[in-house]
Amino acid sequence: MGKSMFDKVWDAHVVKSLDGKRDVIYIDRHYIHEVTSPQAFSALKQRGLRIRCPDRTIATADHNVPTVNQHLPIAEPLSRHQVATLTENCADFGVELFGLGHSKQGIVHVIGPELGLSLPGMTIVCGDSHTSTHGALGNIAFGIGTSQVEQVFATQCLILQRPKTMRITIDGKLQRGVSAKDIILHIIAELTTGGATGYFVEYAGQAIRSLTMEGRMTVCNMSIEMGARGGMIAPDDKTYTYLRDKEYVPREEAFDRAVDYWNTLCTDRNARFDKDIYFDASVIEPMVTFGTNPGMGIPISHPIPTSGHDHFRKSLDYMGFRPGEKLEGKKIQHIFIGSCTNSRIEDLRIVASFVKGKRKFRDIKAFIVPGSKNVEEQARKEGLHEIFDSAGFEFRQPGCSACLGMNEDKIPRGEYCMSTSNRNFEGRQGQGARTILASPLMAAAAAITGEITDVRKMMNHEEI
Amino acid sequence: MKKFDILTSTAVPIPIEHVDTDQIIPARYLKNVSREGFGKYLFYDWRYDQNDEPVRDFVLNNAIYRGEILIAGKNFGCGSSREHAAWALADYGFRVVVSSYFADIFRGNALNNGILPVQVSEQDLQVLFSYIEQVPSTRLTVDLPDQQIKVEGTSWIRDFEIDLYKKQCLLNGYDDVDFLLSLDNEITSFEENHSLF
Ligand code: SF4
Repeated sequence: MGKSMFDKVWDAHVVKSLDGKRDVIYIDRHYIHEVTSPQAFSALKQRGLRIRCPDRTIATADHNVPTVNQHLPIAEPLSRHQVATLTENCADFGVELFGLGHSKQGIVHVIGPELGLSLPGMTIVCGDSHTSTHGALGNIAFGIGTSQVEQVFATQCLILQRPKTMRITIDGKLQRGVSAKDIILHIIAELTTGGATGYFVEYAGQAIRSLTMEGRMTVCNMSIEMGARGGMIAPDDKTYTYLRDKEYVPREEAFDRAVDYWNTLCTDRNARFDKDIYFDASVIEPMVTFGTNPGMGIPISHPIPTSGHDHFRKSLDYMGFRPGEKLEGKKIQHIFIGSCTNSRIEDLRIVASFVKGKRKFRDIKAFIVPGSKNVEEQARKEGLHEIFDSAGFEFRQPGCSACLGMNEDKIPRGEYCMSTSNRNFEGRQGQGARTILASPLMAAAAAITGEITDVRKMMNHEEI
Repeated sequence: MKKFDILTSTAVPIPIEHVDTDQIIPARYLKNVSREGFGKYLFYDWRYDQNDEPVRDFVLNNAIYRGEILIAGKNFGCGSSREHAAWALADYGFRVVVSSYFADIFRGNALNNGILPVQVSEQDLQVLFSYIEQVPSTRLTVDLPDQQIKVEGTSWIRDFEIDLYKKQCLLNGYDDVDFLLSLDNEITSFEENHSLF
């Protein structure tokens, strides 16, 4: 029987097989950040250990950093201390740090691919559940807890149970105004928020092939939102074109050799998956969420469903919505364009080309937080910041920001935020904040009209 | 890591599905750089209102319900990988979480912190909720060596599964680092032959 891409990458990293069920897996790349690493560093110190492979470890400060005035010391003492602790630990243990103000700083899942630190065929981990993003390049990437961060520090290995595999094939052509974000919100709505628990997903099919690398990252990014351990996409010419000039990617013959190897990673024709699921891209509409987990999403033209479940009612109460209502036309107060799901240069370009010559609705607060310093610089080079400025959107400095509301970028209680991030959990964007997940284009449309809008109704033929 | 063997305790029910780690501990409380003291932030936004006053009808504020066992709706611990969620549960005093299934990362984090996740069928979970609803002082016994959970004073008893390796770790208080360090030679020889292209 043939092997899946997952099997090939996994098998190439087995240091030792335990009891048939668990494998000791070698980790090629370990990203760390300020929030989930300090306790792992302390544990290492307590045991008197060093990091086994500092050169496989990369650090950045992203979760808890301000998105304005990054040149100034962080005002909030606990956040300042947390970021300073990362700096000290990286110095003590010889880990390369892209800290605040560094030209390569940014959200860990944005900088990994953009610097070419994440490559096809690798195993990649980070103490963050959206590590699956990197899987868009054809690798096994997944989030881990802090105890596992310590294990990777100490031994560069993890003891893992081999997950089941699921292939999600999406064929057909996307409608205008529908993007990678809508694909993944559609899939999660179909499978539910726990529907892929225990599985590692491979996304395949024509609709996935036709996405840009950025779009593929958006899809893989949200794998965890249906419970999947991770998501991956086979590398192809688009992947190689994307990677070719990235800073940390091997050059010339080494690159060609790598491509030869990467080409062998694709799933064999006769490989078997524990689950095989199909979707038709042509029926996917722009998606919006109405509840408090990412599985509670609907196509914009549909009404909120009805359900007798307590948690469903609790969730709708929190959001201030009723079953049977449509979301189109609902007033909103905030627009957040950012997060490791949708803060890459392509996302910013799409938003800019849509809002160019338009102006945000009166008191809407719209802010755009680029995923990295590189994205920020590129946007400035292309003049996108001026477009945002004249449309009344605030263009910030890179970080996780209102995706998790750990810094001061919080949405006030009871207010609605249309957000390009990945989680609409209660209080995720601030205590009592109400999050509606959507694509960058849908968020941009809502910023202009002040209400939830079907972006397709606003699109001229020449646009996007 | 704290050892786990057999525990008999009353239980705290949270019959809500998809309890995510942002509910278990909100992000604004993740700024500490040590593992200690997270218990006071456990379920903070369900436990306290906007003026930091206890919310009367939340179960942790209800003196009738207490104990070292938490029983929660399906897909407990979904969302963020923050191990702070497991630290908060442990620091608050929970040693066992029972649910009909757990999010993968949370399950691993719990096991790495001496918390035993006990998975039962959806039907059995509902039975447990109703036992506790009817008699909040109901005591449960969770027996790791025998891999059984039972309701004291009744004939209700179920087996549960746990990976053999993890079971040994919990029984003996070992963690994965100890084990992995013992594989140093294997890891080194793997590294010598490992190249990606
Ligand atoms: S942007 Fe949001 S989801 Fe992504 S790493 Fe940061 S906090 Fe996590």
